[in-house]
Amino acid sequence: MALITRTAGALHRRPRLRLTLLLTAPLLWLAVLYLGSLSVLFVSAFWTTNSFTSEVVKVWSTDNFHELFTVPVFRQVILRSVGVALAVTALCAVIAFPLAFYTARVAKPKWRPLLVVAILTPLWASYLVKVYAWRLILSEGGLADWMLKPFGLSGPGYGLTAAVLTLTYLWLPYMILPIHTALEQLPANLLDASADLGARGWRTFRSVVLPMVLPSVAAGSVFTFSLSLGDYITVQIVGGKTQLIGNLVYSNIELNLPMAAALGTVPVVVIVLYLLAMRRTGALSSL
Amino acid sequence: MQLSRSARIALRVAAGFGFVVIYVPLLLVLVNSLNPDRSASWPPSGLTLHWWSVAWDNSGARAALWTSVKAGLGATAIALALGTLIAFAVARHRFFGRDAISFVVVLPIALPGIVTGIALNSAFSTVLEPLGVGLGLFTVVVGHATFCIVVVFNNVVARLRRTSGSYEEAAMDLGANTFRAFADVTFPLVRSALFAGGLLAFALSFDEIVVTTFTAGPGVETLPIWIFNNMTRPQQAPVVNVVAAVLVLLSVIPIYVAQRLSADTATGSRV
Repeated sequence: MALITRTAGALHRRPRLRLTLLLTAPLLWLAVLYLGSLSVLFVSAFWTTNSFTSEVVKVWSTDNFHELFTVPVFRQVILRSVGVALAVTALCAVIAFPLAFYTARVAKPKWRPLLVVAILTPLWASYLVKVYAWRLILSEGGLADWMLKPFGLSGPGYGLTAAVLTLTYLWLPYMILPIHTALEQLPANLLDASADLGARGWRTFRSVVLPMVLPSVAAGSVFTFSLSLGDYITVQIVGGKTQLIGNLVYSNIELNLPMAAALGTVPVVVIVLYLLAMRRTGALSSL
Repeated sequence: MQLSRSARIALRVAAGFGFVVIYVPLLLVLVNSLNPDRSASWPPSGLTLHWWSVAWDNSGARAALWTSVKAGLGATAIALALGTLIAFAVARHRFFGRDAISFVVVLPIALPGIVTGIALNSAFSTVLEPLGVGLGLFTVVVGHATFCIVVVFNNVVARLRRTSGSYEEAAMDLGANTFRAFADVTFPLVRSALFAGGLLAFALSFDEIVVTTFTAGPGVETLPIWIFNNMTRPQQAPVVNVVAAVLVLLSVIPIYVAQRLSADTATGSRV
């Protein structure tokens, strides 16, 4: 008992000791284990592989990065991946905006919390199950084909379009939620003021609502963009033969780990650049 | 904001369309688990519970479920411990590098899973293999815990920021020592945030596939890995359908409980 009291007193008198005890274990885990392995990975991007034995040769060279920019396949795949991420982001924004506008400002206030839960619930449904659902929808003779048949059309099948649709579905809630929050917090008196000054609905939307909500769209886009850019499972399941950066990383791991590491830096660098660009819009403070 | 009648109607239609897009795929998974055929053609030729009983007896799916539960519980336990420690350090102390810590906590989930996956994979194989420890369930738990820390941290730190330290000071003025104040005052204040964070961490781990792919040893198959491996096998399709339907039904539980528990369970608190 006395020991406990003494320890408690010692801890209370020494905030630095308390802090050290709090942080030692988590820092060992995150800084040493996680950041350590990450740095080794990025350093290994500057190594090469013996092409006969597939063994890693620890000699410093920038060949891998040189290849990234010169080999046409790599360039194509990188551009395609960025294009997919941008397309997914744009589609998410287009679908999310009216939905969020409805849940935040048009729906009756008593329904709003329920609608938010309705948006959130599928967010926590299994990632793989959601991709699987789209594999079912787009399969031959599946729901998409059945719905388009009366119009003489057929579904897109598995491929790039399927990948974009599926990724849009996966990350849509990440776009809806920030927009909903921003629209909900929009002060009503600003809208009244705009109306008093003679602006009709559309003008108010363009000059008042949109500029105030744009940072939240940017915040949502950080998720939709970076999650799409790093994904490779979805493309494997519904993408047919389509390849994105993630697939290239995956296919290089066994035979050429340094190349895989170099390819892996691409989405990281692009995401960091995207974050920096979005920071200018004030998006990150509303995350 | 005064909206014209037509604008209101347009918004209603657009929102209705949005909700249809969100829910039709999930409903399709549920209906498809009752589909007697092995193909996913629409509409199904009938409805049957036959595949549910087949799936119930499927030993591969059961074993995978059990592996996922074990991995999830292990990762959640570690994430709870580490996430709470960091939350207390960040919320109750000022020190050099405090912002950097919040950043490092988010990093494992902000970077693409494949980058985290191969980084951990090569670290494990260089450090652990010489010690005679191969990839297995243990390495999956370590990998999952790394990206689960952030959800616990987010929940606990949000709670600590809302409750000032004065409660603890009051307890100490009344004669409680550090441990007593923690047990009687601080812990009850953060308990529900811990529970919500733990639940979200478990859900996150239960769902994860990319990091798992790179940290699981040869014989270790979590449920997502099992689904992924069996998805393209026509023979297994009906069982995969049922497992997918079960997962859709189960996913309602954590969000419901977490919502009830803590108002500051940041909505999309995966990040």
